[in-house]
Amino acid sequence: MSETKRIEFEYSQIDSERMRLNVGPQHPSTHGVLRLEVELDGEIVTEVVPHIGYLHRCFEKHCEKMTYPQVIPYIDRMDYISAMNNEWPYVMGIEKLMGIEIPEKVEYIRLIFAELNRIANHQIAIATFGLDAGAFTPFLYLFRDREFILSIFEKASGGRLLYNYFWVGGLAADVHKEFKQDVLAIVKQVRETNKEIADLLLYNKIFIERVANVGILPADVAINYGCSGPVVRGSGLAFDLRKDAPYSFYDRFDFDVITGHGEVGTVGDCFDRNIVRFHEMEQSCRIIEQAIEQMPMEGDVREKLPKKIRPPKGEIYTKAENPKGELGFYIVSNGTDKPERIKSRGTSFVNLSVLPEISKGYLFADLIMILGSIDIVLGEVDR
Amino acid sequence: MGLLNKLDDPYYGGGIILGKVEDILNWGRSKSDWYLQFGLACCAIEFMAMNASHFDFMRFGCIPRTSPRQADFIIISGTVTFKMAERIKKLYEQMAEPKYVISMGSCSNSGGPYWEHGYHVLKGVDRIIPVDVYVPGCPPRPEALEEGMIRLQEKINQQAIFNKRKRIAEEDKQKELIINN
Ligand code: SF4
Repeated sequence: MSETKRIEFEYSQIDSERMRLNVGPQHPSTHGVLRLEVELDGEIVTEVVPHIGYLHRCFEKHCEKMTYPQVIPYIDRMDYISAMNNEWPYVMGIEKLMGIEIPEKVEYIRLIFAELNRIANHQIAIATFGLDAGAFTPFLYLFRDREFILSIFEKASGGRLLYNYFWVGGLAADVHKEFKQDVLAIVKQVRETNKEIADLLLYNKIFIERVANVGILPADVAINYGCSGPVVRGSGLAFDLRKDAPYSFYDRFDFDVITGHGEVGTVGDCFDRNIVRFHEMEQSCRIIEQAIEQMPMEGDVREKLPKKIRPPKGEIYTKAENPKGELGFYIVSNGTDKPERIKSRGTSFVNLSVLPEISKGYLFADLIMILGSIDIVLGEVDR
Repeated sequence: MGLLNKLDDPYYGGGIILGKVEDILNWGRSKSDWYLQFGLACCAIEFMAMNASHFDFMRFGCIPRTSPRQADFIIISGTVTFKMAERIKKLYEQMAEPKYVISMGSCSNSGGPYWEHGYHVLKGVDRIIPVDVYVPGCPPRPEALEEGMIRLQEKINQQAIFNKRKRIAEEDKQKELIINN
């Protein structure tokens, strides 16, 4: 373990004027329309204030006005990079409220699509993180692979980015005949590219210099702020809802929870958060392979679709492991076909809240890397 | 463009073009449009895919610029909220003339899925800045955006540079005639 890069100094000893700098909302490295108000002492960040709300799209208002199935497209548009994963906890909650039993085939297809979407999400996360550090080539490689995954989604749902594919009680359409072979081909492709990415980007000396020992997030701070997903796993905590509160068929598969252990620096630095995403792609590949083996091809995915979606009076909280962390929906039903209220626990919103805490004392250029390593989506932060 | 074919012309041994300055200026402008690298919402992800290897936006001569001062056109890729609208107007005003706007996706065309109940969503970016090309879709496929880019190039190729006022006045007269008849 090398020594930390954090610059220690006493504020009172230096008589310098603080400068307040505006970053965003159209900054190319804020991953959307986030605005940061940064206070600088020379080049050292002393305070960060995120300003959000530039993409507030009135999610809860829409939930009041729409019927249950009509809400699903709006959920797609929350975390638009991993839309399949987003829909899952919502439909799971309503199915639980209504007591619908899901056919085995549907559950397997959902699981495979969720894992494929997890790979696609991590590909974007690593690609844009590399882009922030100035590496353009891995971006091209990863986006090439992502197109193959999107083509599978497109064959099933008709959409490239936003799917509206998971319906309450089933799926919008059946998968095509060569589904299994196609998915396995993609898994093979992903593994091949990942080997290249490890050489090109992740274990590149320049990249390591840039990200090791930067933005250290200790495990206790991560817990205090309620972080989840790769952010908390990067700090060395094995918290994964797929293992800790297994939903669907996740208890049937053999896979590992990846945690960061300070490979090149300190536990919980930017490198760890990024490498967790990278290894998680391999674990998703393993899950997909096992699921493809067990999945039955016969059966109708639309047979359990209810004619009317009217959950009985009640409330429920469902959660699932999104690529970015724990995504939860609190659904209150009043017995009609429209929800009384839907509140969502946006993963990115909670993870973003830790940014001011961990970016203090680093250089300004490191702030961009720290923000990139948290992997936020502004659609989910603002909703 | 057929420009190189013209160069084969046997005028004084070739290499001479006869044409309007306007055509050459427009030709240059339409083939090297630089855009402002700027994403708003879900459509920006499709826009990123457009930049990547499968669709390769750069073959249109488009290079991303991070400063509005260096950009020729801006792609409004996503939902424009009231809070953001102010910023977009400012960005547009900072761009140097000639400048063009592509509106990508139903959100920036008209409000899209947020048209009815979106109390914080601008119902179309053309309420604050003039739009040249509208690309429909939620999100539009990258192929659709390519088509939009081709349309923008066509539009630039036809634009008037000299005697603009005169020409516009004539066009207006003709329009009035059509309306009156
Ligand atoms: S048009 Fe659709 S995909 Fe594009 S920003 Fe709006 S909601 Fe997102």
